[in-house]
Order: sequence, then C-alpha cells, then structure tokens
Amino acid sequence: MAYTWRRLSKDPLALVGMATIAAISIAALSAPLIAPFDPREQFFDGLTLEGAPLPPGEPFFLGTDLLGRDLFSRLLYGARTSLVIGVVANGAAVTVGTLLGIIAGYVQGWVGAAIMRFTDLMMAFPALLLAIALAAIFTPSLWIVAMVIALVNWVQIARVIYTETTALAAREYIEAARALGAAWPRILFLHILPHLVPTILVWATLGIATTVLLEATLSFLGIGVQPPTPSWGGIIFESQSYFLTAPWLVFFPGIAIMVMALAFNLVGDALRDALDPTQRGR
Amino acid sequence: MLRYLARRLAASALILIGVSVITFGLTFLIPADPVRMIAGRSASPQAVENIRHQLGLDKPIPVQYLNYVTKLAQGDLGRSYVQKTEVSRLIEARLPATLLLMAGAIFFEILIGLPAGILAATRRGRLLDRGVMIFSFAGVSTPQFVVGLLLLYVFANLLGWFPLSGFGTLGHLVLPALTLGLAGGGWYSRMMRSSMIEVLRHDYIRTARAKGLSGPKVVLVHGLRNAILPVIAMIGLDIGIFMSGAVVVESVFGWPGIGQLAWLAIQRIDIPIIMGVTLVAAVAIVIGNLLADLTAPLIDPRIRLR
Repeated sequence: MAYTWRRLSKDPLALVGMATIAAISIAALSAPLIAPFDPREQFFDGLTLEGAPLPPGEPFFLGTDLLGRDLFSRLLYGARTSLVIGVVANGAAVTVGTLLGIIAGYVQGWVGAAIMRFTDLMMAFPALLLAIALAAIFTPSLWIVAMVIALVNWVQIARVIYTETTALAAREYIEAARALGAAWPRILFLHILPHLVPTILVWATLGIATTVLLEATLSFLGIGVQPPTPSWGGIIFESQSYFLTAPWLVFFPGIAIMVMALAFNLVGDALRDALDPTQRGR
Repeated sequence: MLRYLARRLAASALILIGVSVITFGLTFLIPADPVRMIAGRSASPQAVENIRHQLGLDKPIPVQYLNYVTKLAQGDLGRSYVQKTEVSRLIEARLPATLLLMAGAIFFEILIGLPAGILAATRRGRLLDRGVMIFSFAGVSTPQFVVGLLLLYVFANLLGWFPLSGFGTLGHLVLPALTLGLAGGGWYSRMMRSSMIEVLRHDYIRTARAKGLSGPKVVLVHGLRNAILPVIAMIGLDIGIFMSGAVVVESVFGWPGIGQLAWLAIQRIDIPIIMGVTLVAAVAIVIGNLLADLTAPLIDPRIRLR
C-alpha cells in the first residue's frame, strides 16, 4: 500500500488527476456555500434587453443561460449530479460485475458457464443503444439513470474479475484452504477477494470516467436527469440550438465534463501501473 | 481453421438468438400500448382488437416470440408503427450514410492514431510522448457531442470551411468523421504505442539496427508489421461500435444514418425500428469481432486459430 502510494505520488499526471478530483468533490459538496447565486433562480437582469443569455462578465462570472440563470452556480450544482451518478452507478456496476465474475470464476460448471455466456451476450449488445432505449422508456430520475448506466457497465468488470479468479482458484493455497474444509463463501471472500482489490480499485476509478461520460451523453439527448436538477450534459442539451450565438453555454459545461472524466482516467491509469507487480522496480 | 470458423459461427448464432430474446423482451417494458399507437386515439375498441389480432399481439408471449423469430429468419424485421414502412427498407436506405461515416471515422482514427502512437513509442518518456498520452486521454475523456459542437463552432461557424450540418458532399463528411476519429484516434495511439514498445524490445529489431538499417526503416518496416496487430483488431471492434454508437454524432450533425433512425424511433417509441436497429448493430458487432480474430493470422502467420 505504502509502495503503491509512493509510486503514485511520483507520477505528475496522477497527482494532477487526484488534485482535480479533490477540487471537484470539495466544490460539489460545498456548492451551497460557494455558489454566488441560486442555480434555479431566473434573474430579471440575467438576460439582455432582447432576451438573450448574457456572456461571461459581471456579476455573472460565466454568463447566464437561456432563462437568465447563473451558469457558474448551475455548473457547481451540476458537479453534484455527475459525482452522485458516477459513484452510485459505477458502485453498482462494480459490485454486480465483481460478484458475478468471482462466482463464475470460482464455481465454474454450468453456473459459471451460464454467467459468462450472458456476459458474451451483453458484449455483443450495442450498449449505448440499450442505455438510450432504457432511459427513454422509463421517465428518468437520478436513480433510474444511475441504474441504466450500471446495467450496461458491469460487463467488462465481470470479465476481468472472472479471468483473475480462475487464475487464483487454481493456486495451491486455495486448494489447501479447501482441503482444510473451508466453505466456499469463506474461500471466495477471505482468500480470493483480497487479491482482487487492486483490479477492482483500478476498474472502479476508470469506470467513474465512463459513467460520467455516459450520464452526460444521456442528458445531452434529453433523457438523462431531468430539469430542474442541473446536470452538465443537460445544460448543453438545453442550450444546443443557441450555441452559435451563446457558445459559452456549451463550452464551459463541456470543459467541466472533460476535466472530470480526464481526472478519473489519469488516476485510474496511474493506479493500474502502480499496482501492476510486473512493473515493479522499472 | 474451418473447424475454428464453424465453432465461432455457431457461438455467434447463439449470441444473436440471445440478443433477439432481449430486444423482444424490451417490447414488454414499454408502458405505452403499441396497438393504441397504431390505431390512434379515436379508434373504436373493436378496431383496436382487430389490429391487435392482425399483429398477433393477442397470442401468448412464447408464440409471439416464435412468430417474430420466424419472420426474422426470412429477413422480415416488421413494419414501423409510425411510418408504416418495412423496417428492413428503412435500415437499407440509411445504411450507405452510416457506412460512409464509418469509413471516414476509421480513416481519421488511423491517420491520427498510428503516427501519434509510433512517435510516442520511439520517443518514450520524452516531451512528445507525454503530449501524445495527454492528447489520447483527452480524446477518450471528452464526450463526442462536445467535440462535435466545438468543431462545428470553429470550422463551420467561425472559419466557414465546412457546412454546418447535412449530407451529400465530402465537406459534409469531414467534421462528423473527425469527431468520431479524434476519440478513436486516442485509443488507437495508446494501443499502437504500447504494442510498438513491446515489439521494439525484441532481438530481431536489435539485429536490424545492428546491420545498419536507419531508425525509421527499422520501426516502419520491421516494427510496424508486428505492432499493428492489436490496432487491426480494434478496427474490427470499431465496425460494431459505429453501427449503433454514432447516435450522438449523427444527431449533432444531422447525419441521416442508422443512429439517427434509431434515435428518432426511440423518441416515438417505434418499437419495430428500435428492435431492428439493435439486431443489425449486434450482427455488426459479432461480425466485427470475428473479422478482428480472422485477420490476425493473415498478418502474422505464427498465429493459428484453434
């Protein structure tokens, strides 16, 4: 652990990523304290005389949206939506994927085969289309969007965990545990799961980036988290038709989505290198 | 080889049957009654029952599924609820646009990804390598609609080099293809870089250098041949992804492809189209995966398929 941390803290990209994640999380948590305005208030002086949104300036730091609401405050609150969905949806995907992968890898037999054929099937299924169709069918709330994302994102984790579990299950210490009469839940959770923690950690970090992007895409299509809850993809969706005259309404939320996904990707990738035993000493 | 092919084809068929079950199951998740949608609001209860009977929707679910699969086997994907046209016709009409976009996207992916990956691999750890890595991370971390809108703003609105949206000329193709190509190019460059680094470690590369070949020649002639394998596999996977995954880009640029068809159908809950596009995309994904595996031994004869 200390070793991993040391490697991670020597990687400048990982440090930048972690600092960014920390900054976004703090900003999201303390949004009510930092936000200069109420994100839902439509300001009378938030529009030009012709009724167009205001460009960045005073007092609206990043400008206003089509309804005269403060864009900066909406972005701060939007960070909460992205983070909550990122953590919840990805947490669910990682949990389901890990459980199915570990069971399929250890139990083998027809149970394992059935689970793995099902993941094959899900791999062949156009994931984005499935997510869009599901989100459009159900009236999307924050939790439904999270569940839809989890439903399409657990597959890859399950496959990775499966491969690692089959390798671990063939090791002698597992055989020894079995010979000593340990029950399978004990073997799975006490002897196998701890060895999978690095892999789970890497995929959980990278998965948040994927989740944030998918949530933004669903919101951009108008089938993500519904207004008035601010979400970054949603802000772009609302102002899409005005973006040639009010490009800041697309650029700032777009940059926010990119920065957040980039931060999690950088940390996840650095974590993978740092936790990889074959990379030690290099 | 033939045996391998037969086994893979059988597995693919099973997967497609599974996909057809899931898409069929989607129908029952939809809260709206399709018969009411076809009949319209003012239809009499008798008319509604007639249409239900005509469509076979009054039969037990397993029978409905069998009917659906039998028709599928004959290439019949059903009729659109809204447009009343055959789904296979609608998909066929939009296939050329999607294939064109796919070709353009893969062109940009290779144009961006290969040189970037090779340069990064040969200058490992230096500034250029870092730059390429950051670019590729940014590419995969930016949602396609943001890239698309940005390109539109700069190259269509400010500079006026390309049309804002639509379809028809080569100019229309550039921005949507570049949007897909930038993200994919990021993946390609990372794949190319790690694969090239791996290959350049081998002894035969050292031999080539020792006999006096120039640096670029060693990398491009001896290295690339082996290093390009995983990248080619990625092209196969891309074929599958682009068949359905271009929904967002097609909607940003008003590109009349299959993705746009699917998105319009989803908004109108036009189930037969959604099912049809999903199936076609799944077939493309399965074929793409198969192609990716089959091309491997053509490039590297050491690989045997079993």
